[in-house]
Amino acid sequence: MQGFFKKYETGPFFDEMFSPDGSVRPHYSQLLDRFDGMDPMEFDRKRALAERSYLNQGITFTVYSGDEGTERIMPFDLIPRIIPADEWAVIEKGLIQRLSALNLFLHDIYHDQRIVKEGIIPEEIIRSAKHFRPELVGFDLPHNIYIHVCGTDLIRGADGRYMVLEDNGRCPSGVSYLLENRQAMKRVFPRLFNRHAVRPVGRYPQELLATLRYAAPNGNPDPTVVVLTPGVYNSAYFEHSFLARAMGIEIVVGPDLVVNDSRVFMKTTKGLKQVDVIYRRIDDDFLDPTVFRKDSVLGVPGIVEAYRAGNVALANALGTGVADDKVTYYFVPAMIKFYLGEEPVLPNVETYLSAVESDRKFILDHLPELVVKAANESGGYGMMIGPHASKEEVAKFRAAIIADPRGYIAQPVIQLSRSPCFIDGKVEGRHIDLRPYILSGEKTTIIPGGLTRVAMRNGSLVVNSSQGGGSKDTWVLDEGGQPC
Amino acid sequence: MLSRVADACFWLSRYIERAEANARVLDVNIQLMLDFEDQNESTVQQYWLPILATLEDQELFNDLHDGISGDAVMEFVTFEKSNHHSIISCVTSARENARMVREQISSEMWEQINRLYLYLLSNAARAAFIESPIDFYRSLVDSLHSFQGITDATMTHGEGWQFLQAGKFLERADSTSRVLDIKYHILLPTGEQIGGTVDITQWMAVLRSCSAMEAFLKISHGQVTSWGVAAFLILHDNFPRSLRFCADKLDLALHSISGCERAHFSNEAERLSGLLRSNLDFTTIETIFATGLHQYLDQTQLRLIEISDALVKTYCTWLDQA
Repeated sequence: MQGFFKKYETGPFFDEMFSPDGSVRPHYSQLLDRFDGMDPMEFDRKRALAERSYLNQGITFTVYSGDEGTERIMPFDLIPRIIPADEWAVIEKGLIQRLSALNLFLHDIYHDQRIVKEGIIPEEIIRSAKHFRPELVGFDLPHNIYIHVCGTDLIRGADGRYMVLEDNGRCPSGVSYLLENRQAMKRVFPRLFNRHAVRPVGRYPQELLATLRYAAPNGNPDPTVVVLTPGVYNSAYFEHSFLARAMGIEIVVGPDLVVNDSRVFMKTTKGLKQVDVIYRRIDDDFLDPTVFRKDSVLGVPGIVEAYRAGNVALANALGTGVADDKVTYYFVPAMIKFYLGEEPVLPNVETYLSAVESDRKFILDHLPELVVKAANESGGYGMMIGPHASKEEVAKFRAAIIADPRGYIAQPVIQLSRSPCFIDGKVEGRHIDLRPYILSGEKTTIIPGGLTRVAMRNGSLVVNSSQGGGSKDTWVLDEGGQPC
Repeated sequence: MLSRVADACFWLSRYIERAEANARVLDVNIQLMLDFEDQNESTVQQYWLPILATLEDQELFNDLHDGISGDAVMEFVTFEKSNHHSIISCVTSARENARMVREQISSEMWEQINRLYLYLLSNAARAAFIESPIDFYRSLVDSLHSFQGITDATMTHGEGWQFLQAGKFLERADSTSRVLDIKYHILLPTGEQIGGTVDITQWMAVLRSCSAMEAFLKISHGQVTSWGVAAFLILHDNFPRSLRFCADKLDLALHSISGCERAHFSNEAERLSGLLRSNLDFTTIETIFATGLHQYLDQTQLRLIEISDALVKTYCTWLDQA
């Protein structure tokens, strides 16, 4: 290591860019040459330039404290994360396999429940899943697709092997950052892309629209598709409007829609217009106050009735939450074997279920060494990292697990792989993960790479943006692997 | 187009125009003050009070400030967040509406309004204001003009754009009528004659705050009279800030939205705008002065409010009332 990376230390972690002996990994060598001559001042100027453009474009999320919301940009690191073609091929294969199994699983548990009958998953686990919707049992979906858009979080441990940390099968967010990060990199380092064969990501909105159109009820060849957002004050509103814009479709809020005669319409200046497919970025619970939470003002009364009548499609489907329940996660490798007769390409992280007595004993005995997660939380909430937790926190989780064993899982602490990041004028290692976005439509498509999230705080393992996480551009190199 | 989106476009545009009107009025008033050297407390009041009177937020101002001074009024009309008509409130509301219709307007439009918003919140804006209020207000007007130019150059001139036009011209007609009305509120100092130096200077200020000075002088042969100025700002057919011009463009936007012929109407908003337009087409300045200029402007403002309400009812809240 010289120049820009001169003082960089990989530490006892798997480093994305450098081998333990300090030599650069082959797929990063071209980048090293380019960045090594870079003056930190110049680099910082470029960073400020990128941040300014995020702010001007309003690529922000809102953080609420008191009654005033502050708009923040997600920290963006300019050193890209690079994935070689052969690594990506394996990830892609593993994710397609996983999504096939998850969609088959959802269809199964809302129909015959073969997987329960054959003893692969205990009935109790399904019945007690918070997001299982008994009212949808027996209901058929177009093409049997439940999870149209999935964000599956991948991590690499000390040996560099990719593992699945969780599947987000309800309303995964972040894809707009993936797309904007690429734009920002092109603006800031225009010449970098000529020298690397980086696979483009810009087609995502078109792929998403094709996926949504394919979900239309009754094979409608020209459906009206809309994005349903909780509204302008939602922290992900930028993303909702970004996607609507990029797909060229309307973005609506609950009050824009009305249900008549089991059909969903939007209120326009020229009267009511029927809506066929809704890409909803509102959780099940808030979707229909006549069926789910009565206090929801975000939803559309009667929309579930229209859905059950087969007159409108929702993406993702209702009831997919049972598949991203962290207890269900434990069974995904078994699902892959059961439905596809294949070995999982991407392994799960070793997981203990506190619902299982022997596991529970192990968990309670080893709490300070484990990561404990609530089965139905996301966004880095409801989680305890044992080694970083206070005594009180450990005690709190212990009590919670005993009170509700079904509600928690535990995993060993994985030291996530690190990537060099530019922090306060120096290059330092930070832990990262990867969230690829998988679209299940006529075929399953995955935009090359995904969103690389970065735990910006030194030593932190939490990458969620709600917890101060940042992101970086993710490059999947083209076939032929090496930069030209 | 979604009813909510139409509503947001309409108001986005009104707020942009309102912010511009405020900046213009303040700019001109500063200059007017500088024209008169013998300033004591009562002349200061005399010039700043009408601004508050026409912007209709006198009560809130009195709650916040002890007395009327140029600095206090400028602060109140520019940066005061609790004043819903202040420039910063207007720009914030315009941006909120723009965010709501982010996918309808062009990225360039959004970035322009977002940049302006971020600027107004920054220390740089404060510094510029302190350094030279006149330059500050001018650059503000420039930014808002850029927004209009960007809008016309980058957005499809479809339904959304027509709602923006309707909002812009409705608000502009309202501003012009208010600026003209300022003159009604400014009393001439004792001993000053109608048509005298002070009177004429004040009428020239009215022209300037509508960017109408040069255009007016081209047709008036250097004669500035109250009738001449009022006739120009109310009845001129091609000057872009005259009431008649604005009413015509408003009517055109409304008819473009519905597709109805200009000679007819298909909803209440069109009927009312048609009435206003024909009134302005067929009235004379003599009739207006016979009614009383202030009364005439007052009536016009009421008509504009009715048109605005009718537009919102027709396109935006139609289902809520059914």
